[in-house]
Amino acid sequence: MPGNISRRSFLKGGIAACAAAASGIPVSASGADKDKQIATLLDIGKCIGCGACVEACSMVNAAKYPEPKKPFPKMYPDRAKPEDWSGKRDVNDRLTPYNWLFIQSADVTVNGEEKTITIPRRCMHCTNPPCVKLCPWGSAKQLENGISRIDPDLCLGGAKCKEVCPWEIPQRQTGTGLYLDILPAFAGNGVMYKCDRCYNRIAEGKLPACIEACPEKVQEIGPRDEIIKKAHALAKETNGYIYGENENGGTNTIYVSPVPFDVLNKAIETGKGKPHLKAVSDSMEKANNLVAAMAIAPIAGIAAAIGTFYKYSRKDNEGKTDEEK
Amino acid sequence: MKRNKNVYYLYLLTIIFISLSGGGQMPIFKRYYIADIPGLGWLARFYITHYVHYICAALIIGITSYAAAGYLLSAKNKLNLTVSGYLRSALIAGLIATGILLVIRNFEGYIFSHNLIIFLDLSHLALVMLFLFTSLYCFLFKKKWTAS
Ligand code: SF4
Ligand code: SF4
Ligand code: SF4
Repeated sequence: MPGNISRRSFLKGGIAACAAAASGIPVSASGADKDKQIATLLDIGKCIGCGACVEACSMVNAAKYPEPKKPFPKMYPDRAKPEDWSGKRDVNDRLTPYNWLFIQSADVTVNGEEKTITIPRRCMHCTNPPCVKLCPWGSAKQLENGISRIDPDLCLGGAKCKEVCPWEIPQRQTGTGLYLDILPAFAGNGVMYKCDRCYNRIAEGKLPACIEACPEKVQEIGPRDEIIKKAHALAKETNGYIYGENENGGTNTIYVSPVPFDVLNKAIETGKGKPHLKAVSDSMEKANNLVAAMAIAPIAGIAAAIGTFYKYSRKDNEGKTDEEK
Repeated sequence: MKRNKNVYYLYLLTIIFISLSGGGQMPIFKRYYIADIPGLGWLARFYITHYVHYICAALIIGITSYAAAGYLLSAKNKLNLTVSGYLRSALIAGLIATGILLVIRNFEGYIFSHNLIIFLDLSHLALVMLFLFTSLYCFLFKKKWTAS
C-alpha cells in the first residue's frame, strides 16, 4: 500500500514538474509538499457532544457572517432561487452560512455496548482542495498553511465550490457580496460560507476557537506529518480507525474513531448541510493525469509536421524530376 | 492538401469543444437552461467539462505545434502569416500560456499568489473572448491565416 501511494505521488510530482519545466516556473517556488500544511487531529472517542466548539465558532466568527440586503434583487431566469439563512441564524444541526461547525451523532454498538458517538463536522481543508482549484474567479483561496477559505469580497455565489466538494461543505447566502454590484439579476447569487479554520486567529498565533473551547481536548493542531503520525499512534493504541488522511487525495482534518467509518456513515444523518463519512477518491487526480497528454502533444504535433513536410517535399521533388524528364 | 483539410476540421471541432467546456467552468449553463438541451447535459457537470477541457487543450497544443512546425519548415516556400494570422497566433499563444499555468496550479502543493490566480482566470477568459470574436470576424470576411 505505501509503495502504491508513493508511486502515485511520484508520478503526479513528475507530471507537475514536467509541466512546470515546460512553462519555465521554478519548481522550488511551488513548495509541492503537503507535509508542511497544518492539520488537525480529532479524537472523536473523547467528544461528549457538548457543543462548546459550535458556540465558540459562532461567537468568534460572528463578524464574518453576512448581513444581506433585502429585498433581494429579482433574479432571471426563474431557476435561480435565492437562499436565505439570515432569519435562521440559530440553526445548529447542520452547516449553514451562519453555522460552520455542527455535531453529528451516531448510535452504534461498540463491543456489544450501545453508544452514541458525536462527531464535530466542518470543512476538511483538503490538501488539494477542488473548491479552491476549480473556482472560476479565484475567489476561493488556499493559504500556504493548507487553510482553504472563500473570500467574501470576491465570491459571486455560483456555488460551484459546493458542487465540486465531495462533502458539499460551502453554504450560500443570497443578497450579499460582489454580484450585487455587477449584474445581480443575471449572474451570481450571493456568497458561499464555510469554516476558514480561524485563519485570522492562526495568523495571530492563536488557536482556532473550536479547539480552544473544547473541554475534552478532542482536537489537536500541528504540522500535517506530525498529526498523521499521532493519528496512527492513537489508532493503534485504541484499535481505532482513521478518516481524512487519504480521502479526496488527503485532507488536513484527521478523525480517529473507535468505530469503523463505514459503520458511522450508516448511522449518521446525511443530506443537505450534513456531510457523509464515505470513502472519497481524489477529485483532482483524473484531470491531473490527463496532463501527460498535454506534455506529449507538442512532440506528436511536431513529428506529424515533419512527416507531412518530407512526404510532400519528396512528392514535389518527384514531380520536378518528372517535368525535367 | 487533404490532410490539411482534416487538420482544419479537427481544429474547428476542438475549438468548439474547448470553448464550450471552458464556458462550463463557470456555473452558467444550468442557470440558463443550456444544459437542458438534449446532448448538452454534460455542460453542467463540472468534472466532465474539466476533463473535456484538458483533452481539448492537449489537442490544441498538438495542432498548434503541428501548424507552427509546418509553418517554419515551409518558410522556404514563402508562406507568410497574414495580420489576422499573427493576431490569432498571439491570442492562442496567450491562451496556452495562461492555461498551462492554471493546469500547474491544479496540482497538489502548487499554491500561487491569489492575485496571480485572479489574473490568470480573468486573462484566460478575456483572451478567449478576443480569440472567438477575431475568429468569427475572419470566418465571416474570409480572412486567411497565411498568404503565399
Ligand atoms: S472539504 Fe470541501 S470545502 Fe473543504 S477544502 Fe475540501 S473541497 Fe473545499
Ligand atoms: S476552525 Fe474556526 S471557523 Fe473552523 S469550525 Fe473551528 S472555530 Fe469554526
Ligand atoms: S467542544 Fe469538544 S467535546 Fe464538546 S462537542 Fe465540541 S469537540 Fe465535542
